[in-house]
Amino acid sequence: MSATGQGVVVTGMGATTPLGGDVATTWDGLLAGRSGVSTIDAEWIDTFELPVKIAAQLATEPTETIKRVEARRLDRSEQTAIVAAREAWAHADLGDYPSTEDGSPKVDGLRLAVIIGTGIGGALTLLGQDDILEQQGLRKVSVLTIPMLMPNGPAAHVGLELGAAAGVHAPVSACASGAEAIAWGWRMLQANEVDVVVAGGTEACIHPITLAGFSQARTMAMRNDEPERASRPFDTGRNGFVLGEGSGIVVLEREEFAQARGATVHGRVAGIGTSADAYHITAPDPEGTGQSRAIAAALRTAGLDPSDVGHVNCHATATSVGDVAETVAVKKAIGEHPVLTAPKGSLGHLLGAAGAVEAITTILSVREGLVPPTANLEELDPDVTLDVVAGDARKVSLDAAISDSFGFGGHNVCLAITPA
Amino acid sequence: MATNEEILPDLASIVEEVAGVDAAEVTSEKSFVDDLDIDSLSMVEIAVQAEDKFGVKIPDDELAKLTTVQDAVDYISSHS
Repeated sequence: MSATGQGVVVTGMGATTPLGGDVATTWDGLLAGRSGVSTIDAEWIDTFELPVKIAAQLATEPTETIKRVEARRLDRSEQTAIVAAREAWAHADLGDYPSTEDGSPKVDGLRLAVIIGTGIGGALTLLGQDDILEQQGLRKVSVLTIPMLMPNGPAAHVGLELGAAAGVHAPVSACASGAEAIAWGWRMLQANEVDVVVAGGTEACIHPITLAGFSQARTMAMRNDEPERASRPFDTGRNGFVLGEGSGIVVLEREEFAQARGATVHGRVAGIGTSADAYHITAPDPEGTGQSRAIAAALRTAGLDPSDVGHVNCHATATSVGDVAETVAVKKAIGEHPVLTAPKGSLGHLLGAAGAVEAITTILSVREGLVPPTANLEELDPDVTLDVVAGDARKVSLDAAISDSFGFGGHNVCLAITPA
Repeated sequence: MATNEEILPDLASIVEEVAGVDAAEVTSEKSFVDDLDIDSLSMVEIAVQAEDKFGVKIPDDELAKLTTVQDAVDYISSHS
């Protein structure tokens, strides 16, 4: 039970990431400190002389599990969301998915919501169809262009498949979108508007224009000759993030509802905190003021004391200012004692999916008592004066952990995770 | 001019490609909407592909009149 009302429990998790096509392989890869980053094998890398030639691409193509006819109606960011949502729904054991005549879901559609955020939306469809319009003319433009490019498309498709009638929402807050979806779900469950929320984030926008745009903003890692060593949060040799793609989805339930149906509980979203920096459109506040307010709010809504928090799953994207600012915020809101990790060393930056995938890895850390290492952390930035796990995963018994997610625009979302 | 026997298999494979309906199910008496569960967006996709395949023009107001597979075959047959 949280500080404010109903308990919110996690009963299902699903993911498809650069480390693997499901939660188990993603988690194993993270614990092993494996990198999901590789060279982009595309002609356009040379055509546009892009300074970035690497990305954290999906380990498993969505079309390996989604039927061809389904896949052709879905943007890649919708395909990834469908893959992760199906895994999460099956994991929660809530009935057939999609529902069939002989196996109706175990939750009333009127008490079921879907909330899936994305940072960019269906960029590959938008840009691809624009190319078709310019090169082949109107007749060749797909009739599905709009539903495939709209940023609420992933949530809408998952909602349709599940028959979620209580609400389908798509928060857009850049790299905090996935965490924001979970926070939104927490609020709906706390308010007893619904019994079950399928929440998370998705992103699939590896394209010349995103690489060009992010690299023009001077935010990207350029270690093209060593892709697996390019994403280096908290390391002195870091020089930006590596763009990634994927999706993470959780099934959240009101504790009473989960108990009544005898569901297996994997952890709790005990509290959530959101804030805005009101500082700069892309740069984080170096004082970590807004971020620390979000962490503090997550603790307050969870009824937790800073001393309860043993671990912070950091947003740390491997930019020079951002990583240090985050540790300032952690020190302000929690103190010097939490053990930190930065999953983006392995996963790259999944933008709108990052907060959801990392919420899942935080839930697993609390459940398993195991904090994955920060891949590629070889020499800790001297400005980072906290305990960051590097090398091997570390066994730590955890009463509570915080998952941080921050986004361009100054969006801060923090989730407080506690054991089942 | 293509004959009905030539048009149907090609049309059926377009329907299978676009809507995932088994081509063997696409028989002349079937209704696109009621029997084959094809939505209006997929009908437009099928029409665009049929135009390319059979060298016909299927304006929207004509497309709206094509209720059954046979209607489509007849239209293509008489306009190609």
